[in-house]
Amino acid sequence: MTSVLDALNNGLQRALTDDSRVVLLGEDILDPYGGAFKVTRGLSTVFPERVLTTPVSEAGMTGLAAGMALRGLRPIVEIMFGDFSTLAVDPLVNTAAKLRWMYNDQVSVPLVVRTPMGGRRGYGPTHSQSIEKLFLGVPGLRVVAASHFGDPGELLYRAILRQDDPLVFVEHKLLYGLQVIDAAAASDFEIERSGSAELFPAYRLTVRGAPPPTLTLATYGYMAELARQALVKLAFEREIFTELIVLTQLAPLDAAPILESASRTGRLLTIEEGTLSAGWGAEVLARCSESLGSRLAAAGRVAAIETPIPAAAGLERRTLPEVDDILREAEKIGAQPHA
Amino acid sequence: MTDALALYRSLVLIRRFEETILAEYRRGAFSGTTHTYIGQEANAVGVITNLQPDDIVVSNHRCHGHFLAYGGDPRALFGELMGRVTGVCGGRGGSQHLHWRNFYSNGILGSTLPLATGIALAEKMQGRQTITTVFAGDGALGEGSVYEAFNFASLWGTPLLIVIENNHIAQTTPLALGLAGSIAGRLTAFGIPSCAVSTSDVLEISSTAQALIAEVRHSQRPQALIIDSARFGPHSKSDDTRPVEMIEELRRTRDPLTIHGNRLAVSARQAVDTEIVALVRAAFEQALSDPPAGGAL
Repeated sequence: MTSVLDALNNGLQRALTDDSRVVLLGEDILDPYGGAFKVTRGLSTVFPERVLTTPVSEAGMTGLAAGMALRGLRPIVEIMFGDFSTLAVDPLVNTAAKLRWMYNDQVSVPLVVRTPMGGRRGYGPTHSQSIEKLFLGVPGLRVVAASHFGDPGELLYRAILRQDDPLVFVEHKLLYGLQVIDAAAASDFEIERSGSAELFPAYRLTVRGAPPPTLTLATYGYMAELARQALVKLAFEREIFTELIVLTQLAPLDAAPILESASRTGRLLTIEEGTLSAGWGAEVLARCSESLGSRLAAAGRVAAIETPIPAAAGLERRTLPEVDDILREAEKIGAQPHA
Repeated sequence: MTDALALYRSLVLIRRFEETILAEYRRGAFSGTTHTYIGQEANAVGVITNLQPDDIVVSNHRCHGHFLAYGGDPRALFGELMGRVTGVCGGRGGSQHLHWRNFYSNGILGSTLPLATGIALAEKMQGRQTITTVFAGDGALGEGSVYEAFNFASLWGTPLLIVIENNHIAQTTPLALGLAGSIAGRLTAFGIPSCAVSTSDVLEISSTAQALIAEVRHSQRPQALIIDSARFGPHSKSDDTRPVEMIEELRRTRDPLTIHGNRLAVSARQAVDTEIVALVRAAFEQALSDPPAGGAL
């Protein structure tokens, strides 16, 4: 059994080992501290010349990393909290994401910005957000979100070494402590890849031996775990059988795995931890509506309510989507118990 | 050609190129926008003439002079501004977004300082013997990323020459309304040595830049050159709010073509003037007849 934290740490270590162009930058990433969430633990001891601790300077380090990527290195930037990624929007959006295209494909910028998003830890309004939607739809920028399905370490490794564009790699804080669930570890479920994406695949999860699903749940990141719990409850407590699609690449969006599932079930519920308006789910639903038309009988979205995220535990729970919200929305859009 | 004549030729090339752009914008040959370098030519020419072929230049929105001094092709630059397939970046980038060999420009003020610092660091980490020169204007000094870059450049020891072209005006805002303290003081705060010159003389800029570049190469640490300069033209095409008398005074006292041209024999100078007029006109006409940018998006 491997935790997501260990898998990501292993992915970084493998990338640093396999390619001497890989350089890691971030705040407080040196041992013995090893980063605020310990994803980089041990790396500065093994690769002291290529693990660089930075001043508190997200805009600066991301801009530097774009320059390093432009001239032959493969930098990885750790932004300690996803909330701070707003400070790096300009170097990401106006420099890293644009250079290859606006320089007429004469250059590449293989830069990975890793950052932990998400709440449920009581960190309050500026250390709990899921703001990856700010980076969706930016031409030239890929957004990938790890989950505990598949192999998050391999996902990170591919982001660093198997593609050449700037990429935001989203890690939800609560994923770090979860065990990775691969096909072998999932005794009650069937997990299989869905769609044709090779680098950053989508996964389809169903209850083993269940009747055909009447609802598609679509999500990414840590919400994949809450959606998995909802899928179990719906199946075993209410006899509503669903199919869960977990994307790892959020942008550019390849909606095919979701479309394929929703075209069979006729119902779609998107689930995300960020706020509702103009979110990932809105884009997914728009794509499904465009493609499926009346074959999509009903649809809904589960997301955070639109207030800043409170520090108090009780308030935070009411702000962020929970399993019960998924159950309620699933019933609301008319998912029917198996006849 | 003597060095003095070659420098003059570069100054004239930039001047005629920029004058052509302003004139032809009015006639509709170009679309979009431009930021002309008229009056500041000695900065680009004086610095870049001291660089080695593999050295890197990072430039800003006012990049035509830097690009031409670097050796960029006038036809390709005209073509880029006209949206031609022969443009420096095939018409995708336009005036502010150029890349050719080791020349890079971007139109977001201040963003190029971290970029250049990262470039210099990458070159050093990979054992290449290059230095990186980044040009920025006084207007960029309001951007916070500039100071994050100064910090990194000094802290991590990057072979970077920072050239601040202080033309005393950011679009229409005079320096006095935009800058507290001093430019040198801002560099000193980060432990970056700087050298200030107040001149439009390409030879003075060149000799100062030569010493700084040698120091950057030797020490593998950043240095800064602060050039007190004069912009004769508008920020863009027609947005100059300064009094006409002020511009006339600058043209009379701070023209790098006059200052350096006066050192040359009249006949030699006239020969260059004639050659460049023809060269720029031919480049313009060629670009004009080049096919428009196309291809898949």
